[in-house]
Amino acid sequence: MKKKIRILIAKPGLDGHDRGAKFIARALRDAGMEVIYTGIRQTPESIADTAIQEDVDFVGLSLLSGAHNVLFPKVVEELREKGAEDIVVFGGGVIPEDDIPFLKKKGVQAVFTPGTSIKDVVDFINKKMNEKN
Amino acid sequence: MKKISEISEKIIQGDIRAIARGISLVENGGEEGEELLKNLYVEGRSYILGITGPPGAGKSSLINLLIDKFKEHFNKVAVLAIDPSSPFTGGAILGDRIRMQTHTGDPNVYIRSMASRGHLGGIAGATKDAIKVVSAGGYDLVIVETVGVGQSEIDVVKLADTTVLVLVPGLGDEIQAMKSGIMEIGDLFVINKSDKPESEKLATTVRWIVDEHYKDSEYKPPIIPTSVYKNEGIGDAVRDIIKHKEYIYRTGIHTNKIKLRIKDDINSLLERKLNDFIQKHIKYPEKIEKWVEQVYRGESTPFEIIKSIHENLIIDVKEEI
Ligand code: B12
Ligand SMILES: Nc1nc2c(ncn2[C@@H]2O[C@H](COP(=O)(O)OP(=O)(O)OP(=O)(O)O)[C@@H](O)[C@H]2O)c(=O)[nH]1
Ligand SMILES: [Mg+2]
Repeated sequence: MKKKIRILIAKPGLDGHDRGAKFIARALRDAGMEVIYTGIRQTPESIADTAIQEDVDFVGLSLLSGAHNVLFPKVVEELREKGAEDIVVFGGGVIPEDDIPFLKKKGVQAVFTPGTSIKDVVDFINKKMNEKN
Repeated sequence: MKKISEISEKIIQGDIRAIARGISLVENGGEEGEELLKNLYVEGRSYILGITGPPGAGKSSLINLLIDKFKEHFNKVAVLAIDPSSPFTGGAILGDRIRMQTHTGDPNVYIRSMASRGHLGGIAGATKDAIKVVSAGGYDLVIVETVGVGQSEIDVVKLADTTVLVLVPGLGDEIQAMKSGIMEIGDLFVINKSDKPESEKLATTVRWIVDEHYKDSEYKPPIIPTSVYKNEGIGDAVRDIIKHKEYIYRTGIHTNKIKLRIKDDINSLLERKLNDFIQKHIKYPEKIEKWVEQVYRGESTPFEIIKSIHENLIIDVKEEI
């Protein structure tokens, strides 16, 4: 049997905008993936713990509040500290273009802003999955 | 991928990452999963609690509250929460965990979402093996939450030592329809959402069915009203679950359950291994199309083919010995 892709969709911090996260979760389910959604108001630490317990291949972060420059890198760090740097972190939401290079430098491997097509997200995931194996 | 022996070692030490990886390996099946189970086969070491009931009954929310109380009785708690896979895409949204997320970060609680992956019966095909992984990892309580089920999906009863059936007011006629089915499922009946009207009526109906069914039995399943919203009845549920645990340990019912599960394990392994062995010896992959062709052309029948395979096979095995 082909390995199933497991992915965690998570909302760090206090941001309550959850439409985008739920939309992405459903879209990835429809693309054949197993998606775990944390719900809102998660700490970077609990996101990393969840990712490890669920043995996911990817963590997709969603943030519309503007706190991405702090919270996204924090999740990457937490995973690294817990010895799970092989889990790919990416994200989306209302994120200014200018912030994206910084986030990538910090280990957030892709950022998807409003209007991105789900196909681009799925292509990214499949590409990363192939690189892993 | 790390070596399987290394992962097994770490699982036994209780390493979370290894346990999580181990469950994925048994979920994905194949040789690595089998190798892992070979290293850490256990049966009957943990107490296994099944939580089942219709969709939205409050199973996950209840487990979330139960975990706190269970900590007085067990050292480490693992939850395996199963949600259905889409039959069309194979994907799944695993939503049980959201309700238990407050326990993430507690080193003595491990929560794992599992997709049913086409398995019917309310659990995933790999649930049984995942139980073995967490059991080897030192979790002395394993809680299995099934997919929201109807009456035919009762596989969890075979895996669990104690099964709790969660019911909620508003099911109306369904309860009547389930009448025959539910008695086989529940060792305990929890009436959740008792903050809602009609909950007493439901409790009365269930009580009536239970009394009728367990007339002459030593054990009578308790009926426990709970409300997650008001945090009521949770302590009662835990008390009665522990009572059932003590009852099955005392009476030998537990021992029988374990032996049945071991028998199941032997049977399924035997079936698979024998099948592999025979297929190899009769050169099945090379020959099957030829056999089909022979029967199609009227030169043979499936019975004749099996007979000749059978005769040759006996010779083969003898030679090997
Ligand atoms: C709807 C909305 C709300 C709703 C939210 C409902 C809900 N449950 O989600 C309500 C009315 C509650 C709300 C409240 C507030 N909002 Co508002 N809200 C919006 C609005 C108009 C649309 C957001 C939305 O749902 N879009 C639809 C979804 C599907 O799109 P999306 O989330 O962007 O997701 C897409 C991509 O970003 C990407 N994506 C998103 N996440 C992820 C994750 C991954 C892994 C991937 C791959 C992709 C991905 O894919 C999605 C599909 O393309 C935006 C403005 C805007 N145009 O974005 C403001 C906006 C986000 N809100 C804003 C603000 C300020 C607020 C409030 C603070 C207002 C206030 N003062 O009270 C509150 C805060 C609420 C809270 N608790 O956090 C600001 C944020 C400013 C900032 N970032 O600096 C915005 C940008 C408006 C603005 N221009 O000022 N809001
Ligand atoms: N009124 C009331 N609502 C409750 C109670 N317990 C749970 N709920 C709500 O019922 C809904 C379903 O709860 P879950 O815990 O997800 O139910 P579940 O049985 O795990 O659901 P599935 O896993 O999807 O079958 C949620 O909105 C809960 O908040 C309760 O005691 N009273
Ligand atoms: Mg649930």
